Amino acid sequence: MTTTAPAPADARTPAVKRRRRPRNGLGLRIYTWLVIAWLVLPIAVMILFGFNDTTSKFNFEWEGFTLKWYARLFDREDLTTALVNSLTIALASTVITTVLGTLVGLALGRYAFRGKGLSNLVLFAAISSPELVMGASLLSMFVTLNTPRGYGTILVSHVMFSIAFVAMTVRARAVGLDPSIEEAARDLGAGPWTTFRLVTLPLVLPGVISGALLAFALSIDDFIITNFTSGSTVTFPLWVWGSTRTGTPPQVNVMGTLLFAAGALIAVINLVASRRRARRT
Amino acid sequence: MSRHPLSDDPAFLRGLTTRRDALRLFGAAGAGLALAACGVEGQGGKDKVTQSDVQKFWAGKTKNGTLNWANWPGYMEDDRATIKAFTKATGIRVDYKEVIQENAEWFGKIEAPLRAGQSIDFDLMVMSNGIQLEKTRQLGYLAPLDHSKLPNFAKHAGPSYKNPSYDPNNAFTIPYTSGITGIAYNTKYVDEEITSVQDLWNPRYKGKIGMMGDSQELGNFGMFAIGVDPEKSTPADWKKAAAKLREQQGLVRKYYTQDYADAISKGDVWLTMAWSGDVYSLGLDDVKFVVPKEGGTLWTDNMCIPKTAANPVDAITLMDWLYDPRNNATLTEFINYITPVPATQQIVRDDAAKAKGDERAELERLASSPLVYPSAADLARLRRYRTLTQAEETEYQKIFTPIAQGS
Amino acid sequence: MRRRLTPYLMILPAGLWLAVFFVVPLVLMASLSLQEGNLVDGFRQTFHWQNYTDGLSTYGDKFTRSLWYGLLATLACVAIAYPVAYWIAFKAGDRKSTYLFLLLLPFFVSFVLRTVSWKFVLADNGILLGTLKDWGLLPDDFHVLQTSFAVVAGLAYNFLPFMVLPIYVALERIDFRVVEAAQDLYAGRLQAFVRVVLPLSLPGVFAGVIMTFVPISADYVNAAVLGGPGNTMIGNVIQTEYFNNSNYPTASALSFTLMAILLVGIFLYARVLGTRDVLEAAGR
Repeated sequence: MTTTAPAPADARTPAVKRRRRPRNGLGLRIYTWLVIAWLVLPIAVMILFGFNDTTSKFNFEWEGFTLKWYARLFDREDLTTALVNSLTIALASTVITTVLGTLVGLALGRYAFRGKGLSNLVLFAAISSPELVMGASLLSMFVTLNTPRGYGTILVSHVMFSIAFVAMTVRARAVGLDPSIEEAARDLGAGPWTTFRLVTLPLVLPGVISGALLAFALSIDDFIITNFTSGSTVTFPLWVWGSTRTGTPPQVNVMGTLLFAAGALIAVINLVASRRRARRT
Repeated sequence: MSRHPLSDDPAFLRGLTTRRDALRLFGAAGAGLALAACGVEGQGGKDKVTQSDVQKFWAGKTKNGTLNWANWPGYMEDDRATIKAFTKATGIRVDYKEVIQENAEWFGKIEAPLRAGQSIDFDLMVMSNGIQLEKTRQLGYLAPLDHSKLPNFAKHAGPSYKNPSYDPNNAFTIPYTSGITGIAYNTKYVDEEITSVQDLWNPRYKGKIGMMGDSQELGNFGMFAIGVDPEKSTPADWKKAAAKLREQQGLVRKYYTQDYADAISKGDVWLTMAWSGDVYSLGLDDVKFVVPKEGGTLWTDNMCIPKTAANPVDAITLMDWLYDPRNNATLTEFINYITPVPATQQIVRDDAAKAKGDERAELERLASSPLVYPSAADLARLRRYRTLTQAEETEYQKIFTPIAQGS
Repeated sequence: MRRRLTPYLMILPAGLWLAVFFVVPLVLMASLSLQEGNLVDGFRQTFHWQNYTDGLSTYGDKFTRSLWYGLLATLACVAIAYPVAYWIAFKAGDRKSTYLFLLLLPFFVSFVLRTVSWKFVLADNGILLGTLKDWGLLPDDFHVLQTSFAVVAGLAYNFLPFMVLPIYVALERIDFRVVEAAQDLYAGRLQAFVRVVLPLSLPGVFAGVIMTFVPISADYVNAAVLGGPGNTMIGNVIQTEYFNNSNYPTASALSFTLMAILLVGIFLYARVLGTRDVLEAAGR
């Protein structure tokens, strides 16, 4: 998430307008908070019921506060395996996607070449295609080619749908780069690889990092495409989906809470870091 | 986190609709289409096995000391006591995963690797009798069982579990547990006694009725409602049953897979098709289970070994070990479904006599429960799913699948 | 020479990956959609166009319902997201990023888990409805789950950020002095909004609509978790045909039809909105 410098506080002279704005702002401000509350409601409930001292399979009646589920987090082996699968796939997917996507983003943002239109078209298609169609087509391919589905096919499909997002993020950043900086580097005798390493890459780094975070989030959260390509491998969202039928254990709530907290923390760090960067430049 | 939409550049979006680029893509796709005329091979008809097939499969296979078991949720104690006992008795380590939720889904997952002769990472799996098990048998995906390695099965299995119609002579499977599909109702909201399948069609309960989405379960109940024995039904019967089920659609809250237990305990539905063991496990005084007088469905979840299993000998050792009445009794005391080993009933009674307090009450309830040890009268009313040939299956699915989808 | 090859080399790895795992599967799916047969006997390519006509005739109503839910949920998203985006872009001052962060915070939880949480919250006698019923504010047999309202609400909830962010980005670019200029020219608040801000934000709305309508129409999770038999969407049908019935040709035909419908929709939409100069629209 990028911060932009707030609009300069102009001196607004007409007294009429100064009177009007706070009234305007208040209604919308309340509305915004209501929307945020609506968005947060199920999350809050999920976090809350991770503390429920429940004995039933279904964990829907509040029976008292306890921290025991946090201690017994890894009690269910298959749930733990699913979580580990999700994390490792997300990590691997992020690494591959960031490399491939950054290259594409840079190419699209800095160079003009034939086939740029086609590349844009394919990327747009990859972003806007419904996951259902992507998953179904991958499954069709695996069925036709007799490929067994599992960890590898999940990883492959995660990279596939994340590349376009990383490419777009990096491209947005690369487009705004001043080419004269790189030219200056070249004038000073730097070869193309050195220029890339010491000049281009640090300049687009915020875009690359945003893209990487995005790729990680996309992968760890993905359900539909993973459902189609997973075979008998289980990831965390798939496990949760399966458990809705027989009762979701509180460990799921706890894991959801922890993942949520981790994601929120990383986003906050990124936010603070980009604010500091903005203040420096 | 959700996707971060970055198409904030309208000119970019407009530029995508360049006709030339789009045409180029379609041209390439069309060429690819012509080339991709490949089909998918069929491999049916492999369900007949001879003694030599059995010997060929098991020749040279030995115990490896490890085993991967795929099962349904709720079929093993939370602390895996039975598995631990098995490991202690035989030294074989078991990796237990509750990955099977629905037969169709499970079949969909294992189909491609088994077709390619590859491992599915499991040596033992549990599948219900029905369309998918039939397909698995026909496609030759299961290992033929060597009954010389199954002495406990021969000695202790109840007579109705040997040589079932869906797997003659137990060539590929032996039962793990059985269950009854009947009606569960919540007496907090339903003041009459439910005895008939027709009660599920009662407009008084509009919007509070649950049915199962699985086409075989649904089809059976449709047929009970029109007074037809599913095992002897014809396609004409299926169409009539489907019409009867369509009459009910406006009254049904949802077509469930396994989450009806949640719904009925919360009061989202007041009466629903249900599996005996789930109702028993809920243990709620308000939720009662009944086998309708027109009939209920008896299904069996069976243990079988996929053809590409890495540790088949360990698998078959476990299968036989579970038929020892003492081992089976411990398991039955948890899963609360119908065991294929009748001798466990006495063992459970003995355990109850030795226990105290709550545990004693639990065990006594178990030993005398018709949900776990059904009476002869109950068993007489129960019917299995109709065994379907490939052609019949397509028609059956076409008739019953759309109903659960609201068509 | 090397410099001219550079962009091609850079896009090569990603291009290959997408070609093999995005384009080729679509082609193979198209091929599979014209085949006939079953799992046991095998599938053969026979250019069986009936898969498409059968699919449309059997499931036409599910297609219509999916597009209708897509439309409703997208409109709901626009209605909910626009004021929020407006407020954050213009009135939140220094705290813009904080508010955006708060808005996106719930989406750090898995999509499935969020939807399951809603199912829990909206249970007939659960924490929300149960409490309202206890207070006598709702009749006892009132339920939200298994209604189209629940499904559309769930869809709008899950895809809201796709709408908020593009609108926010477009609004944020607008220099508020343009609005002030309008006001200096005696435009009322509403007029200033309709004739200046709204047209300038349309590209953002345009992008947001595409990013929400397409995935919403193809979703099946919300309908499966929150809906009933009368809310089945085409995504549920496709999933059933693939996994429960192993009916690959029909499932592929349905997927392809869905994709075609959505592509045509986007194409038309882009043509209509893309070729009109937004400022001209403001001048009407």
